Amino acid sequence: MATRPVALIAGALVAGLTLGPVAAVAWRAGVLTGLEPADWAALRFTLVQALLSAALSVAFAIPVARALARRAFPGRGVLIALLGAPFILPVIVAILGLLAVFGRAGVLNRVLEAFGLPEVSIYGLHGVVLAHVFFNLPLATRLILQGWLAIPGERFRLAATLAFTSRDVFRVLERPMLASILPGAFAVIFVICLSSFAVALTLGGGPRATTLELAIYQAVRFDFDLAHAASLALVQLGLALVAGLVALRLSGAGLGAEGMDRVVPRWDAGGTGLRLLDTLWLALVALFLLTPLGLVAARGALGVFSLPGPVWTAAAHSLAVALGSTALCIFWAIPLATRRGELLGLAGIALSPLVLGTGLFLILRAFVNPFSLALPVTGVVNALLSLPFVLRILRPEAEALQQDFSRLGGALGLSPYAWLRWVYLPRMRRPLGFSAGLCAALSMGDLGVIALFADPDRATLPLQIYRLMGAYRMDQASAAAVLLLALSLGLFWIFDRGGRANAGS
Amino acid sequence: MKKALTFAAGMMIASTAGAQTPVLTVYAPDYFTSEWGPGPSIEAGFEALCGCDLQYKPGDLLPRIMLEGDKTRADVVIGLNTDVTAKARESGLFGPHGQDLSPLTLPIEWADETFLPFNYSQTAFVYDKTRVDTAPDSFEALLAAPDDLKIVIQDPRSSISGLALVLWVKAIYGDKAESVWEQLAPKILTVTKGWSESYGLFTDGEADMVLSYTTSPAYHIIAEGDDTKVAAIFPEGHYFMVELVGKIAATDQPELADQFMEYVLSEEFQRMIPTGNWSLPAALPRSEWPEGFDTLPLPQKTLFFDEAEAATVQKEAVEEWRRALSR
Repeated sequence: MATRPVALIAGALVAGLTLGPVAAVAWRAGVLTGLEPADWAALRFTLVQALLSAALSVAFAIPVARALARRAFPGRGVLIALLGAPFILPVIVAILGLLAVFGRAGVLNRVLEAFGLPEVSIYGLHGVVLAHVFFNLPLATRLILQGWLAIPGERFRLAATLAFTSRDVFRVLERPMLASILPGAFAVIFVICLSSFAVALTLGGGPRATTLELAIYQAVRFDFDLAHAASLALVQLGLALVAGLVALRLSGAGLGAEGMDRVVPRWDAGGTGLRLLDTLWLALVALFLLTPLGLVAARGALGVFSLPGPVWTAAAHSLAVALGSTALCIFWAIPLATRRGELLGLAGIALSPLVLGTGLFLILRAFVNPFSLALPVTGVVNALLSLPFVLRILRPEAEALQQDFSRLGGALGLSPYAWLRWVYLPRMRRPLGFSAGLCAALSMGDLGVIALFADPDRATLPLQIYRLMGAYRMDQASAAAVLLLALSLGLFWIFDRGGRANAGS
Repeated sequence: MKKALTFAAGMMIASTAGAQTPVLTVYAPDYFTSEWGPGPSIEAGFEALCGCDLQYKPGDLLPRIMLEGDKTRADVVIGLNTDVTAKARESGLFGPHGQDLSPLTLPIEWADETFLPFNYSQTAFVYDKTRVDTAPDSFEALLAAPDDLKIVIQDPRSSISGLALVLWVKAIYGDKAESVWEQLAPKILTVTKGWSESYGLFTDGEADMVLSYTTSPAYHIIAEGDDTKVAAIFPEGHYFMVELVGKIAATDQPELADQFMEYVLSEEFQRMIPTGNWSLPAALPRSEWPEGFDTLPLPQKTLFFDEAEAATVQKEAVEEWRRALSR
């Protein structure tokens, strides 16, 4: 149903919005420069941490998603919703939350001390990876869970009548699903970790943990060396492209599921051992993800109601931007939920936000006053940056749908509108709801490229949090972060819930 | 009908009057223009004098000015640091500030005819005296302190205060800077992108000392009634950090821009600085500083590389820092 011209326009918009800014920066610089020795060290560290972070996020997400897929328990819905939270926290708040648990003065070291055990240090490569797993494990879990829920219940029933063991179910039903989902999930997390900077530096413990993004930041803001910035940005884009291509090649064809779309009980997983295993995984991940969040929330919760007016105004701006971004992102994603579209979508998060902002500023300046566009630019950029996540969610199920129903649709001679109305929307409700929730939450969070576009009267909530911190008001910043967290989760929950209303969860 | 005409005429007069209110466009760092920065009160004070509309355009200063070149919309740029003034000067976009510099009360000589200082502070390690029993009282003592005294600093490649620290060490130790960094390395808990992350780590109790400013304790004293945060004052001297304002040479509002430059050194403006920006006024004698600032311990000796000296040592100093901390 995705008519070709629409897909082409959507694709061209993504390409234009990512390649355009790099081209503008490179053109303005006149030349590209080679990498310096320090850049090679940064490139090496960037690659190592991104590979480890993506691999561990995906590896731990598998048992967690499996447990969520085959167990029903009170609070399951809440846990799934909270899984979205680490991803949307402003970086600085998330770092302080993680350190409250794993830091020198954190909960973990207090516990170790109480047992007379030596202190453990979070700072180093392991700290960087831990933080990135904290951010991305929930995303990976949701992506994989989505895959599990897309396996038609009839197949598990059939497996039960054939007296399949848990191992047989894995081999026949689950492994093919994982093989099609994991490469894409790995790629999207790898690419997002490529442009990590503040997290990598702080938890890496010093300049050993220098990433390419830091070099770009230095080139733009301190040295105003646009040639260097554009060269580094192209290296980042190239890495993302390779990751995307490899993932595409590995992920193979879709599942071709043709079932009744209902979550049905599992007959193969009733043993006490498996039950314990699932419980253990869920408990571990809940502890790992929710303790830092809980500490962030506990610190700021009391202050929320005494936050000053400008913070609330900023919250309203952020909500407006988030809703606009969500609508834009979903319309953008529907025609792009194909193999090529997904590869293209990765470009948005692969591009350094600083280069994206600088390039957009250069381009827009030729036509309009860029300062009048602070919020619209933020909205469009947020949609662009959410696109790869949304495409990752939509594509597997959109392709399965195409495979399962296109013959029927063709036989009935359905118009594109009728297809959308009667086949696509009802069947895609769950992934669309999840996509919209994720996009809305991400757009509330810390994605802005507003350093060059800031408008004094239209600050967003994450910007106000940074301003409060910059003015020594750490307590108010914590409270504002709780407000941000609550609003993001609220949006996420509403959209996601809407999508899951008939999905038996 | 007559009423409608009168209304229309009134509207026209009002709108032409609106169009005639001159606008002074000021580029400023984001923190400066926020509700919690000094920007809003400065705007109100100046608008009361000039009969004009002062509009801030917050954001990164150097990249934006350089990207816009001679098409810049700015009339005045406030909040520049000495790290970027060389590039800003080279661009040829800035004209002379035209102000008499004799009212300046800086701890160093200032004779720049392009960039006018409006406030300053010095780098310092800040600690909580309820958590640190014996704080180092000199840079030497800091080097000799036990390794479990953990300090958090900012990266000189992404933060102006981080760069000031590297230049501070270079100014005291010169050729020995790299070995000083090696001595400091085990005490450095971590390095952050900017000042806010570091300060958050410090107030959360994660680090014992934080690289900040001599004026940081004033915030806690005045705004929170908390006198436990102290800046360690070292006899070797502290590095000077100043914020500057410059006038765009080709401004279409030259009189207003000049009036603003004059306002910057006025007593009214300077009195807004201490509690508005938590730093020291550039042209106000210490006796006039507000309570909490007047008793703040300040260094006897101020260290500073001017723009030209900094340009020759900066790259090497940052590289020494990177090498020593990467081992």
